[in-house]
Amino acid sequence: MSSLVKCPHCGSRPREEFTVRGEVATPRPVAGADESIWFDHVYLRDNPRGQHREYWHHSGGCRRWLVLDRNTVTHETSNVVDASTLKAEGRA
Amino acid sequence: MTSFRMDGGTLIDRDDVREFSFNGEKLRGFGGDTVASALLANGRQLVGRSFKYHRPRGILTAGAAEPNALLTIGRDGRRDPNTRATMAELFDGLEARSQNCWPNVDFDIGAMNGLLGPLLGAGFYYKTFMWPAAFWEKVYEPLIRKAAGLGRASYDPDPGYYEKCWAHCDVLVIGSGPAGLAAALTAGRAGARVIIADEGAQLGGGMLAEGSMIGGKPADAVLADMVGELHAMPNVEIKKRTTVFGAYDDQVFAAVERVQKHLAETAINPNRAMERLWRIVAKQVILATGAEERPIVFGGNDRPGVMTAGAMRTYLNAFGVAPGKRVALFANNNQAYQTALDLEASGIEVAAIIDPRKCPDIDYDGKARLIAGAMVRDTAGRKVIKSIAVRHDDGRDEVIAVDALAVSGGYSPIVHLACHRGAKPVWSDEHVGFLPPENCDGMVPAGAVAGNAGIASCFVAGAKAAVSVLGVLGLTGEPASLPGLEQVDDIAQGTVAIWSVPPSKGKAFVDYQNDVTAGDINLAMREGYDHVELAKRYTTNGMATDQGKTSNVNAIGILAQNKGVSPGEIGTTTFRPFYTPVSFGALVGASKGFEFQPVRKSPLHGWAARNGAKFVETGLWYRSSWFPKDGETFWRDSVDREVRNVRENVGICDVSTLGKIEIFGADAAEFLNRVYCNAFLKLPVGKARYGIMLREDGLVYDDGTTSCLAENHYFMTTTTALAAGVLTHLEFCAQVLWPELDVRLASATDQWAQMAVAGPKARDVLAKIIDDDISNEAFPFLAAREVSMFGGRLTGRLFRISFSGELAYEIAVPAGYGESVADAIMVAGKEFDIAPYGTEALGVMRIEKGHVTHAEINGTVTPADLGMGRMVSVTKDDFIGRVMNRREGLLDPMRPALVGIKPKSPEDKFATGSHILKVGDEVSLANDQGYVTSMCYSPSLGHAIGLALVKGGPERYGEEVVIWNGLAGTSITGILCNPAFVDPENEKLHA
Repeated sequence: MSSLVKCPHCGSRPREEFTVRGEVATPRPVAGADESIWFDHVYLRDNPRGQHREYWHHSGGCRRWLVLDRNTVTHETSNVVDASTLKAEGRA
Repeated sequence: MTSFRMDGGTLIDRDDVREFSFNGEKLRGFGGDTVASALLANGRQLVGRSFKYHRPRGILTAGAAEPNALLTIGRDGRRDPNTRATMAELFDGLEARSQNCWPNVDFDIGAMNGLLGPLLGAGFYYKTFMWPAAFWEKVYEPLIRKAAGLGRASYDPDPGYYEKCWAHCDVLVIGSGPAGLAAALTAGRAGARVIIADEGAQLGGGMLAEGSMIGGKPADAVLADMVGELHAMPNVEIKKRTTVFGAYDDQVFAAVERVQKHLAETAINPNRAMERLWRIVAKQVILATGAEERPIVFGGNDRPGVMTAGAMRTYLNAFGVAPGKRVALFANNNQAYQTALDLEASGIEVAAIIDPRKCPDIDYDGKARLIAGAMVRDTAGRKVIKSIAVRHDDGRDEVIAVDALAVSGGYSPIVHLACHRGAKPVWSDEHVGFLPPENCDGMVPAGAVAGNAGIASCFVAGAKAAVSVLGVLGLTGEPASLPGLEQVDDIAQGTVAIWSVPPSKGKAFVDYQNDVTAGDINLAMREGYDHVELAKRYTTNGMATDQGKTSNVNAIGILAQNKGVSPGEIGTTTFRPFYTPVSFGALVGASKGFEFQPVRKSPLHGWAARNGAKFVETGLWYRSSWFPKDGETFWRDSVDREVRNVRENVGICDVSTLGKIEIFGADAAEFLNRVYCNAFLKLPVGKARYGIMLREDGLVYDDGTTSCLAENHYFMTTTTALAAGVLTHLEFCAQVLWPELDVRLASATDQWAQMAVAGPKARDVLAKIIDDDISNEAFPFLAAREVSMFGGRLTGRLFRISFSGELAYEIAVPAGYGESVADAIMVAGKEFDIAPYGTEALGVMRIEKGHVTHAEINGTVTPADLGMGRMVSVTKDDFIGRVMNRREGLLDPMRPALVGIKPKSPEDKFATGSHILKVGDEVSLANDQGYVTSMCYSPSLGHAIGLALVKGGPERYGEEVVIWNGLAGTSITGILCNPAFVDPENEKLHA
């Protein structure tokens, strides 16, 4: 497990400052989307061996929501970005 | 002092005489002694009994790997069991006791186990305690528990203080032998921020045992110069008595610093930590942890007086302690011969050097008789060694009288930290040991851990390693040098593997601490447990508190020898933190007793305490639960009175613990509209609104009120329990889902003292302290705005909202004014018989009114289930939970829904959690109609009332049901009803 997580705002901080929410699933559907799309968004999660894109909250720091890759084998974290960037890419 | 204390000894201070006791006997040592060196100086070779066979045991090593000499040190709350005598520094008044022996270490009843040896072999537990099953609980387990364990922990609380810290550096040097010192000097001189940590009381590592000269100067003087230079460098931090015990990801290392464990009780500063747990973040790491000398596995190799050659040399040179008067050396490598030379130089007779190598390639010019191609097969002596049995090359046996035996079976690099992250060490035939893995994950091994041998070679390797890591850091440095020592090649050790010697009558121990013999390992192999991990678990080799520091490589060697393969093919077991045992005190740190967790106190805590509140812990909060008056002995006496007083007069309650969130921004209204299921877009300035938040799956998350205090400024309250959760949820919505919205959030829970003033006379009370008009016309139900108080001296926020169902207000003032305002309200309310009420009365009144809390909002309910289905907007385009809330299953009219419930006979009681059944139905899951979520005694109605989630709920008002309590085995008849027991028409709210 990464002992330190690189917050894009605060720098390298101990992992105890962060709270994991879970996988970055499908983007939140538009209001009129089909119910099945909503089901996938709310319930469908991957459980890969390897890289896993996740929401982490810097709850004991800047209180920004972050997105990072966690390797589910080694628990290494990488590619940390502020989660607000996801929407523009159509991923939130 | 004693015949065992010699001249010399670089670590001890002969002017500092220290008295200590060993098993009640008064003994003396010197400042600088360890308990082990002091015991040896007093001629105490027998110090404890072994775990399984209760065999007499002495001191095997001079360091962290000690498997035998485990003592209980200290008394009462400062008693530390299983302390290695080799690591415990001697202080005046120290009390040490042997363990695992009764009645005493010299005469131990448990030694009879030795006679049961054939029964207690490998797999003993698995084979013996198989059946009958009924014996486990009554016979086997109590027996095993009685016999298990070594020292016993104290039942008294440790009076010491412990703490945890972080440290950061460019270069972390682990170990301060010649390699570590060279690395620290090189990196320090180049300007890097250096931390050098060593588990010893003094820097120096292996150099401390060095009796010879270095470049024409005594070794201890050379060492003092180097340590002095390190001390003088402001960028170098020296951590002595600090064991780096774990290597974690991202170059974070855990270390424990024994700050005051070496001090007499009278010298302990209570304001300083006893131990300090460090987490060290290092950019670069130099691993200079050295190597562990291995014992040799031969019969009677555990007899007190048998010691590793390096340990013997340390006791001689560093502590001035003679191991005996007539000593033999049994070694398979050249380095160990130095011990014989140093012994002779000190005037101790070396009876023989037994070397299994036929032609040792060494220039030994000592006096001792060299017996090449021979092995020690056995030892004799009842409690300490008296003689050794040597098997010559030609098969002849010879008995040699000795009172101490130095043993050296080669050197095992201390690779633990390099392997904590999962890498496996690599076998080297040349070094006859496991070296650190090729890629050490950012650690550079140097010195004996990397296979270097000799002070000069280790020093050069350390300096070179430092230059390489400086390069990575973008610094340049010159390698430190050691004047006078030009030889940089490794000393040829010439080690020849010797895993076990021909069998003899005596037990040949591999793992001293767990009493595992060579025979046990052979047995495990015969029974099929020949994989290194299986052999370990079957024999328990390496599973004691020393984790096999002296035994694992020998066990691997025996397995390899028997299978005819290289030890590299057998491989090692997994290395895991911690390297050595760490006290619970250090791991717990300050988090004990009052500091176990933070305490959150409301800004009104002092006011509540002054009014006699009984507090209850809810999460971290201390909430006032009721306020007993004189003569009230039972909690409900107070609660019933508080409720009646609110219903008839007026009460004041601390509601500061509710979550409070300030919301700003041009899109704040739109944001609220999306996070609540009901409409918020058109909430006017000066108004509060009750809101329900759903989760995206359509179930209720939390409820609360949000007020519009000004354009683009809202103030949200949440339940106490979900204050943090709701803020986190809102932040997710604002930052991730809708970053385009202009909205800002800030928690203000602790910034405001908030109190509810409720009851028919609430307005009369508040009118006395609030300057603004708060008449029903000017300040109607759900009004919310800033008000001037006390003639303009204070501005507060007034909300006309009610949880109790009475005419009620909540008034919020800046936290620091809380107590004064609460006091002022009490004074103003005196003529109206105001009384404080607590969370219990609050709970009673909300049940009487049919208001829900998280007892009902339990993660399975929709707004419709709670009777609030019509609040869910059907006109809003989008809000959290909108789509999933309309799922087929959530629209089923037979879902459990909120009802009130009361007993048919007013004197009957029932309990929360009771299940509801139709009258006449069998008790079964299929017949279950729902359950009681909340109940209380209603002082307003004079009987028990409750809320319940019951199938088809609101359609069944008036139905008689069975309230079944499976735990108590009781049933009563109840009647389902409207949950609003009090004022269902809401007349009081609008009064």
